[in-house]
Amino acid sequence: MIVTVASGKGGTGKTTVAVNLALAVAGAAKAGQGNDRVTLLDCDVEEPNAHLFLKPLLERRREVGVLTPVIDETRCTHCRRCAEVCAFHALAVLGNQVLIFAELCHGCGSCTLNCPEGAIREELRTTGVVEEGRAGAINFVHGILNVGEAMALPVIREVKKNATEANGEGLVILDAPPGTSCPVVECLRGADYALMVTEPTPFGLHDLKLAVEVARDQLGLPVGVVVNRDGAGDDGVDDYCRKEGLPILLRIPLDRRIAEVCSDGVLLVSALPEYGSQLVALYQRIREKVGR
Amino acid sequence: MKQIVILSGKGGTGKTSIAAALAHLASQSARVVLADADVDAANLELVLAPTKRRVQDFKSGQVARVDPGICTGCGLCEAVCRFGALHPVSTDADDIGRYAVDPIACEGCAACTYQCPLEAISLEEELSGQWFLSDTRFGPLVHAHLFAAQENSGKLVTLVKQQARDLGLAQGTDYLLVDGPPGIGCPVIATCAGADLALLVTEPTVAAVHDLKRVLATTDHFRVPALVCMNKADLNEARAAEIERFCESLAIDVVGRIPYDTTVTNAMVVGKAITEFTDGCVSREVSRVWERVTEFISARSEY
Repeated sequence: MIVTVASGKGGTGKTTVAVNLALAVAGAAKAGQGNDRVTLLDCDVEEPNAHLFLKPLLERRREVGVLTPVIDETRCTHCRRCAEVCAFHALAVLGNQVLIFAELCHGCGSCTLNCPEGAIREELRTTGVVEEGRAGAINFVHGILNVGEAMALPVIREVKKNATEANGEGLVILDAPPGTSCPVVECLRGADYALMVTEPTPFGLHDLKLAVEVARDQLGLPVGVVVNRDGAGDDGVDDYCRKEGLPILLRIPLDRRIAEVCSDGVLLVSALPEYGSQLVALYQRIREKVGR
Repeated sequence: MKQIVILSGKGGTGKTSIAAALAHLASQSARVVLADADVDAANLELVLAPTKRRVQDFKSGQVARVDPGICTGCGLCEAVCRFGALHPVSTDADDIGRYAVDPIACEGCAACTYQCPLEAISLEEELSGQWFLSDTRFGPLVHAHLFAAQENSGKLVTLVKQQARDLGLAQGTDYLLVDGPPGIGCPVIATCAGADLALLVTEPTVAAVHDLKRVLATTDHFRVPALVCMNKADLNEARAAEIERFCESLAIDVVGRIPYDTTVTNAMVVGKAITEFTDGCVSREVSRVWERVTEFISARSEY
């Protein structure tokens, strides 16, 4: 079962919920309450933070990126077909030179397929890395986009491959980035459940609505909500969830102590063990909803 | 006109709250144009309460569409699609698995259109969002809404900034203040383009420190000078000191240390900028940030 933790708004506590959920479920499994294998995929490849809390022992590392064209000038007739078919203007033919704007390339392979001379082959242009390892009983994977690179999606897709490999076994928790555009959508696609972490403020509510629109209305996922910093703002989020029939599965109160714990990279379930059982209960409710 | 962009790396450090306050302060003694570059989760308008004067469609990219009347289900399109956007869907009587495009997965690369032997696939321009030119109590605001699940946020950011910049130059504006998005990817890179200064809002937490280093590497990569402002500065002394040391090692000034204070949230809830809502220590510290930002810009302008 894949649970994607998203939010819309940044800084609401996605990573906090994702890593602590992973630990709580893995801990319960160890204590004999179920035998779920737990995998955490940190897909916030622009600013991955989960490793700061879980401190995994990283065992494997691979470079990932975009397959970009390389022109064999001995075969190229400068017919311009590649530039014509490229939807992203990543190729231009000037005189006898083919210019490639690698940072615009989406790796679709269309130029390679359409070259009448077979003059194009593809090479991986590295834009990031994927690292895998273990944090205790938790299988850990994260992606890191190289600084200066624009496209997070190719790296996110590579991290997600580990979800496919887990083959629906156990619990896969996917920590998504903030926002509602394509990187977040990629994190929600194929998930079984969208767990939205929000804060009870106008900014939190505004962005939660956008995120719910993507997850529930466009992708058809069941959605549940965690309200973090409960008590901080107003009742807007609560009213919205009630109106929309979105279950609030956990409330974490506004508590400077919790902020201080997280600020040092300490796990909430270590410092405040009562959250462990609450997170296990949250997990059970998600399982019931998904039917696994 | 000087362009100041507000970034952070980590989400939720206080970019928009600080942007609104700086807009308030700046507007009291200078001409300001504002831009919200966080196009997929635009929050500045929740404080600025803009009156829209102009609404424009944003069209970017394309989506493929299979004509079910022509498709015979050969599957060549699916074989070439690298984004998992083509799937056979069951049909009515004749049971041929005709293909359909998943518009969310489709990147508009058009590879399928060239491969289809029957030319059954066409491309349609996508309406991805809207952008707006509005009036606010602090000055004009250019902002946008990227429709949910859309791509090309970088292009929309570029468009928003270009419009704001053109407006500012036409009106003899002193400052273009841009509320930026989190992260370091495409929308942040677009936000950096043409900026005179990046004000990086951070907080003394392990996550924010990690993310600050990456966003600073990004602003550096794109040659934008940076200043750092610490929000919730008294939350963790050790992490705050770590940020100070790190910034000092790179000769980057920390221009503000705003204390952890629920006033910031309270101001947001009533739709006011921090400096409109209160004149306590949080407000005074934000005023000091603005002073130091303007001093930095003046000093650099002399070269």
